[in-house]
Formats: sequence, structure tokens, C-alpha cells
Amino acid sequence: MAGWSTHKGCMITLSQANIDTDQLIPSRFMSVPRSEGYQDYLLHDLRRMADGSLDPDFPLNHKTQASILLAGANFGSGSSREAAVYALVDAGFHAVIAPSFGDIFSSNAVNNGLFPACVNKADWKILNNSTGKVQIDLTAGTITIGNTEVSFTIEYSWRIKLINGWDDIDLTKQHVSEIAAYKTLRHQITPWAWPARVD
Amino acid sequence: MSKAQTLLDKLWNDHEVLIREDGTSLLWVDRHLVHEGSHHAFAKLAARKGEIAAPDLTFAVVDHYAPTRGRSNIENPQISRMIDTLRSNAATHGLKIFDLDDPAQGIVHVVGPEQGLTLPGLLINCGDSHTSTHGAFGTLAFGIGATEVAHVLATQTVWQRKPKAMRITVDGTLSTGVSAKDIALNWIAQLGIGGAQGHAIEYAGSAIEALSMEGRMTLCNLSIEGGARFGMIAPDATTFSYVKGRPHAPKGANWEAALADWATLNTDSDAEFDHEVHFNAADIAPTLTWGTSPDQALPVTATVPDPNQLEASKAAAAKAALDYMGLIAGKPLISTPVDQVFIGSCTNGRIEDLRAAAAVLSGRSAKISGLVSPGSALVKAQAEQEGLDHIFTNAGLTWVASGCSMCVGMNGDLVESGKRCASSTNRNFRGRQGRGARTHLMSPAMVAAAAVTGTISDVRPLLKGRTL
Repeated sequence: MAGWSTHKGCMITLSQANIDTDQLIPSRFMSVPRSEGYQDYLLHDLRRMADGSLDPDFPLNHKTQASILLAGANFGSGSSREAAVYALVDAGFHAVIAPSFGDIFSSNAVNNGLFPACVNKADWKILNNSTGKVQIDLTAGTITIGNTEVSFTIEYSWRIKLINGWDDIDLTKQHVSEIAAYKTLRHQITPWAWPARVD
Repeated sequence: MSKAQTLLDKLWNDHEVLIREDGTSLLWVDRHLVHEGSHHAFAKLAARKGEIAAPDLTFAVVDHYAPTRGRSNIENPQISRMIDTLRSNAATHGLKIFDLDDPAQGIVHVVGPEQGLTLPGLLINCGDSHTSTHGAFGTLAFGIGATEVAHVLATQTVWQRKPKAMRITVDGTLSTGVSAKDIALNWIAQLGIGGAQGHAIEYAGSAIEALSMEGRMTLCNLSIEGGARFGMIAPDATTFSYVKGRPHAPKGANWEAALADWATLNTDSDAEFDHEVHFNAADIAPTLTWGTSPDQALPVTATVPDPNQLEASKAAAAKAALDYMGLIAGKPLISTPVDQVFIGSCTNGRIEDLRAAAAVLSGRSAKISGLVSPGSALVKAQAEQEGLDHIFTNAGLTWVASGCSMCVGMNGDLVESGKRCASSTNRNFRGRQGRGARTHLMSPAMVAAAAVTGTISDVRPLLKGRTL
């Protein structure tokens, strides 16, 4: 996964609150291997008519080059399906800006290079009323459109991960001896924590 | 003297391998449960040519795609492929799998507790947001995404920032016909679907202590619908008696040692929470959802809300929800015609749930069609031993095998577009049960009441002279 520290792109607004993971990708598409790409399933049932054709009134269908989504509160609430993030990433999105996010969605997003940018409602409105290309700077903690700038807070660990495109497994392998020591101790102190064998 | 601790503090400290400078903890995972949907994680592991760190702590369950009928000859190749992929991954890595023909097969959050894999004091992960179910045992249990599943497979640990602590206290006695499902829908309606975001919920109070393990699992299961990744209840005699003698539960000296450790798993009396909420059990009525998000819920006696009378932040969502649900503001919820019912899922597919539905349906006929899918093959066998299956089939409902089934529709059990379903499940999101499906979440007894009347109904009059 490639990291990034600044991104400039077009922003699109989807203002309704509670875009849940079932909206982001209906469960019937989740058996598809990732290598086939998930972009066509993004918000599938919201942006398409019953016959599968694109709904001309749905914002995402006008601005297909958008890479930043300005969304309503509780974005990504619901299931743990990482496919919801795959659909956004495969459609070219680098960031979602919203007043709040589902907890599991946020973790999944950061693990896939998608930045869940949390902004307050006043800043959300400022962004929504601005036009032009949007620049996100992870190091400075700012979102800029023209002369307008708003700031966001981001956990240090998320910033580092997004910038470096790091994979947690590689990081964790550096702690292999501490994990082994913990496991030995846990087994000594709480042997009951291992599943009893079934005869 | 050390600082007073919450149950969350104690469970967290017990599992912390290390804490990074930025405050993120590396936690040891005692049990990892995988299912067909974990295919992305296995693919990630294979791409790194990785091994599973602790196959003895990893258990595979066929549930999300499990056909509830015609298992010997699965017609849909996509479903076959998903199940075969899990089988192949389990075989490659030497994992115990609860396959379709296993007498203990079922939904992962029903199977874990039944098999004694879920114990107080453990940390349990699964690539499913309803993993909070296991918190009912005083367990640190939370859902994770595919990248995190791959991480647990590779390291038997998970990175996690400690959530804030929230306590929901429910005191008093629940009225007849009111269950754990109603407690959950009630608090979620009051606090909103983001009401517990960033928090781990501990449920406490006399009404919680009075719940069976089934009820506690229902309550903890629904924590995520209010935004909390974790829900938990301090273990007590009810918990220990449920766990004792289960296949993978501790035995002999280990059992005694476990009991001694589990006795300390509770919140110290002077511990502080970041957020506290109190409810009175007597105030809670049978509750159901009217909209497309779990917090859009009201007592059954209420009328459909008028978006124009709601606060501005809720009005647009309510209007869109009423359009989708085909409901008219101001009309009573009761008597809304329902097309079909579903009883099952990791939320309400346990034996107590089936007994509650059967108590309403016994000797009565359903006016509409419906599916009853027990939470596991063991629940199914128990229900059949008690004759509950006959109560359902005599009423005209269809009795099928166990799986996630119509809660999420991945196995093909779907609600048709525009049809209204009274459902004992956990999410009423648009399209959750099928594109265009209209879902009303409610307790199994309330679903049974809808089946008997063909409309949304108050279960309480239907329980007169009957015991739940």
C-alpha cells in the first residue's frame, strides 16, 4: 500500500447522515475477489436504478473523477465489512470528510490508505460552501480550498500509518519476543484460557 | 492503594502485551473466530506466504452463506465457492471447522458460547461487528475488519486504542412481553446510532442481572447498533452455570482456577466512567423500528413520527426513511400490514427466543408466511426436542436449518422489494434483507404477534393466560 502525505483532488458531497456499510456495498457483492476491483459496487443501490442503469440525479454519477467525499455524520456505521472501504478506494477516493464515523469503518479505512477526516459541523459547512480543488495535508492537519482552510485532528498512529503506507503485520513482527513472553506468562498464570480438549 | 478499575480496565490490562508511545495497545487474542466472509484476510495472509500464529485458538464456522435448505445439493455456485474456500483455508492451516454437517454448526456468535469457546476474562475477535455478543460473559470481544483479521491470524494479537468507558444501568423489573431486545432498541432510540461511538459499554443494574445468558447476549450483540464496538456484562453465577460443562470450557483444577479469577471480573464500586446513563426497566415497552436505522425505534403503541415535528438534524433522515418504508406520518404503528416474518440471527436465534415466539404462536395460525432459522444446529435439536418446531409449522411458518439467513440475505434467503418484514434481527438498513426490503426490528415475541395478526401488533394482549 502506497502512503501519502498530501492529496489534491475534486470533492463531492453526499450530505445525508448515516450512510451505513450496507449502503456503501450491499452484501451480495462481497464474495468478489479483491483483484477484480470493487469500484462498481460503491453505493450500488443508491446510485443505480432497479434495472442497473446509473441514476442521473445521484451526485456521484456526475463527478466520477472525485477523490474526496464530504459526507454526513455516522459515515460507515454498521458492519465490519472492509469491502465498504475497498469500494471507496477502488473508485479512487483518498479521503472521506465527515462529522463522525463508525468505529470499525475508521480502522478499516486507515488500514487501506483511506483517510477518515473528522471535522466539526461548522467546518463541514464551510467546506460544503466552497468550490474548487481540495488539498488535504496530513502533516499540517489541514484541508484547503482556495483561500479557505479548516483543520482536523488525527491520531498520531493513523497519521504515521497513512503517510508511510505501513502494514501492521510488519510492525508487529518487531515485537515477536514480547508477544512470546506474554503468551508464556499467560499460559502459566491462566491455563484455563486455552480451550479444553474435546475427547 | 491502586486506582479503582472498571471491568474494561481489568480486561484491557490482562491482555495488554505492550503499549506504544502514541497510546495504542497491542492486545493478546485468546480466541479468533473466522467465517466464509474472512476470505479477504486469508488471501492477504497467503499473499505474504504467512502462517497462522495460533491455529489452536482459531475456529472456523460456516454461517454467513450457509443454505438453510437443500444443503446436500447447493445450486448457487457462488455460495458453494465461498463455503469451499473456507473449508480449504481451514484444511491448509489445520483449523477446527464447524461445517454444514457438523451437529454443532450455527451462527458464529451462537456457536462460540455453546461450545465453551467463549469464557469470562478472554479477548475474542471475529471479522463481524456483532462480536460484541460475547461480551455478555465478561469478555473483551469486538469486531474487526479484514486487515485486522489477517493481523490476528499472523500474530494472534491486535492493535487497539482503548475506548472510553460507558455504563448503561437498567434497574427494576421488565414487564411481561418486554425483553432484552426492547432494552436495546430503547437505549439506542434514546442515544442515537452514534450515541456510544468510541466507547465500550458495560451494562449493569438489577434488570441486567435478572437476564438469562441468552438475554445478555442479545443486549451485548446490539451494542454496535448504538455505535459501540464493545458491550460487556460482569460475569456472575448465571454466567458460570451456563459455561460449566460446555465442550471447550475448563475442567477440573482449571475450572476452579478459572472461577477464582472470574470472581474478580467486575467494576470496582468507586470506579469512574466517562459516560453514565440510567434507565428504569418498568418504563420500557415492546419496541420496534419504524425507519431505516436502528435508532428510529418507538414503543409499539406509538404513532409513526411526523418529520416536520422532529428536530432539524433528524427530519430529513426521517422523511427519507418513511418514503422507503412506505409509512404515513401520524398513523398508529399498530395495524400496519406486514407481508412476512423472520425469526433467527445472532441477535435472537437462541432457544429462549424460540420459546418466546412459540409461546405466542402455540395453537394459533400465522396469517402471513415466515421463516424460522435457529441460531445453531444444537438450538434446532433442542427446539425439536421441546416440540417447538411443530408449533411453528402448525402455525404455517417454515422451519429451516441454521445460519445468518435472512438477517443479511447472503445465502439467498431474501425479502422481496417493497415487502414488509417483521424481523428478530439487528439491522433495518435499506436493502439489508434484500434490495427494497422494508425491515421492522423487534423481539421474537413481537415477531410472532405480527405473524398471528398479519400486522404490527402489541404482543402483550396475546400473552394473556400464557407463560413466556
